[in-house]
Amino acid sequence: MNTKQRMLGTTVGLGLMAGLASVALAEEITIATVNNGDMVRMQSLSPQWEKDTGNTINWVVLEENVLRQNVTTDISTGGGQYDVMTIGTYEAPIWGNNGWLVSLNEGMADDWNADDLLPAIRGGLTVDGELVAAPFYGESSMVMYRKDLMEKAGLEMPEAPTWDFIREAAAAMTDRDNEINGICARGKAGWGENMAFLTAMSNSFGARWFDMDWAPQFESEAWSNTLNFYLDMMKESGPAGAANNGFNENLTLFQQGKCGMWIDATVAASFVTNPKDSTVADQVGFALAPDTGLGKRGNWLWAWSLAIPTSSEKQDVAKDFVSWATGQGYTALVAENEGWANVPPGTRTSLYENQDYLDAAPFAQMTLNSINSADPQKPTVEEVPYTGVQFVAIPEFAGIANQVGQQFSNALAGNQTAEEALENAQALTLEEMEAAGY
Amino acid sequence: MARAISPRKKLMWTALSWGIGLMIFFPIMWTFLTSFKSESTAISDPPVWLFFDWTTENYSTVLARSNYPLALMNSIIIAVGSTLLGILIAVPAAWAMAFVPGKRTKDVLLWMLSTKMLPAVGVLYPLVLIAKYFGIMDSRILLVVILMLINLPIIVWMLYTYFREIPGEILEAARMDGANLKNEIIYVLTPMAVPGIASTILLNIILAWNEAFWTILLTTVNAAPLTKFIASFSAPEGLFYAKLSAASIMAIAPILIMGWFSQKQLVRGLTFGAVK
Repeated sequence: MNTKQRMLGTTVGLGLMAGLASVALAEEITIATVNNGDMVRMQSLSPQWEKDTGNTINWVVLEENVLRQNVTTDISTGGGQYDVMTIGTYEAPIWGNNGWLVSLNEGMADDWNADDLLPAIRGGLTVDGELVAAPFYGESSMVMYRKDLMEKAGLEMPEAPTWDFIREAAAAMTDRDNEINGICARGKAGWGENMAFLTAMSNSFGARWFDMDWAPQFESEAWSNTLNFYLDMMKESGPAGAANNGFNENLTLFQQGKCGMWIDATVAASFVTNPKDSTVADQVGFALAPDTGLGKRGNWLWAWSLAIPTSSEKQDVAKDFVSWATGQGYTALVAENEGWANVPPGTRTSLYENQDYLDAAPFAQMTLNSINSADPQKPTVEEVPYTGVQFVAIPEFAGIANQVGQQFSNALAGNQTAEEALENAQALTLEEMEAAGY
Repeated sequence: MARAISPRKKLMWTALSWGIGLMIFFPIMWTFLTSFKSESTAISDPPVWLFFDWTTENYSTVLARSNYPLALMNSIIIAVGSTLLGILIAVPAAWAMAFVPGKRTKDVLLWMLSTKMLPAVGVLYPLVLIAKYFGIMDSRILLVVILMLINLPIIVWMLYTYFREIPGEILEAARMDGANLKNEIIYVLTPMAVPGIASTILLNIILAWNEAFWTILLTTVNAAPLTKFIASFSAPEGLFYAKLSAASIMAIAPILIMGWFSQKQLVRGLTFGAVK
């Protein structure tokens, strides 16, 4: 064998080894995620991560409720179908407590800075000091209002309004002949629908779901005040058929110029200010969710986060992806490709110190203030045994709140009084909680 | 002799049939129109009918965002596979019940149908655990078997009803001529029941195509059919009705076309034996 042949042999050999090594290292992971704009964007930018690491991703992108069914079935049976799951702030503490999620305190990329996460969001994802999910984007709720209609009514929206002001302004803006409703809010039954709105609202009225002994509190004066106020305000100034309205229905009404005010998720800000879809894009103002002066505002706190189930066999690769998607590098990548306004909001302090972002997103400060004013660890005026702002982080909550939501939605439709709805809510919650052993 | 129908009555019935037909077809037509609108036109008030800027952008977005060919292939394999497997098991079962009924045949039939009343979610966890044990989660074979089992009572019932219309004497005559059981079923019974079997197949393909509980919960990527494909385009927070409509049209188009071409068989099968 001459030198040339030997060199060729060595080269081929080394090449083969390198090839084999990269084949051995390259992994395929499966990621389940919701199909909202920010997540779809993550999917479209992920080839960058695949290129950098040599790994590949199988995407399972689903509507929120279907996703929840899928990942819950998988994680509770230890199915191991998914390596990364997108979960909400409701699931994180419950699943973390069950030991179903991998701790992210260790093993994340060096430049993934946990201290940069917004404290309220981080608090909601921490179980016994372990971070069980990495926030991808966070949201709260706030008041979106029509500046022109507010001016026409001769009123000025304060930055932090009270519920009384909102009700008064709603009545003043309502012009049913011209199909303008002063206030739009969720009425459709469901734990993530009207109960998200009403639970957050009840916090600001001093109400709570349970006392420290887990006794339901729907017979309290605070709950009566909350529900009566909501029903009266919606009757005076809400749209017809409000009991069927969820996020999308109200978004449609607002974009068509049929709402004076709308209290809902901060993510709506980017929709209603988009001139392509909204007829009132240049007339929208924002304010904090209302309060009654008791120290809690009526806004919620939610984050879609990436978590790794303990049943995953590729936890290291999964951590690498989670570090990439929830790190500051990803923010810069989105900004570079799609502009600063499209960066996933509400998870990192550094984003709100970035002047480019503040310039591009006029609602940024309001989102930050809304998120900071919600404390999932201490959501109510009086002490409670649970965490969660617009939910109670126990597995039984979704089922109970769906039923309570039916009662309240029925009251909004005019089929029963507030008192009857609260009485029924109390009875069914008590029954469910006793059956669950509380 | 057929009864004479007055032209006025005929016109009335025709108008009524068209009215009902259009009412049933309207949602599909509206979905079709919406799939060519922009998102803002899709929610415009008052609704826009035909005069808008037609765009195929929704279809290209949907195609770019998901693996439609794989989902389509999975749907076809799962729907056709489960139906054929079901027919294979149901033909002998329905033969036995129709031509050699026992004392408890009626009870057996009712019991079979009663399994359809079981809430599916009640057996979700056992089935997931079994599938996990055999390592067949997210596989087509799992869905073929599960959907076959779910639709089996309906297949047996339908075939039983059709078989009952066939005079037992013909089978007896075949036996007299020396046909054994296998030949009797394959060469005598089956050809006579072809319209019934065809409509059972068609109906069950449609049922399996539309099944959206098991097909969504037992699949992730490899075996995910069109039901899961649609689920990735509905959105509780965000107005994406035009894209959802495009995805829906893509998911129902194959079965709609199949139904269109086989409507004669479907109607013939469904009314088979209705008039004596």
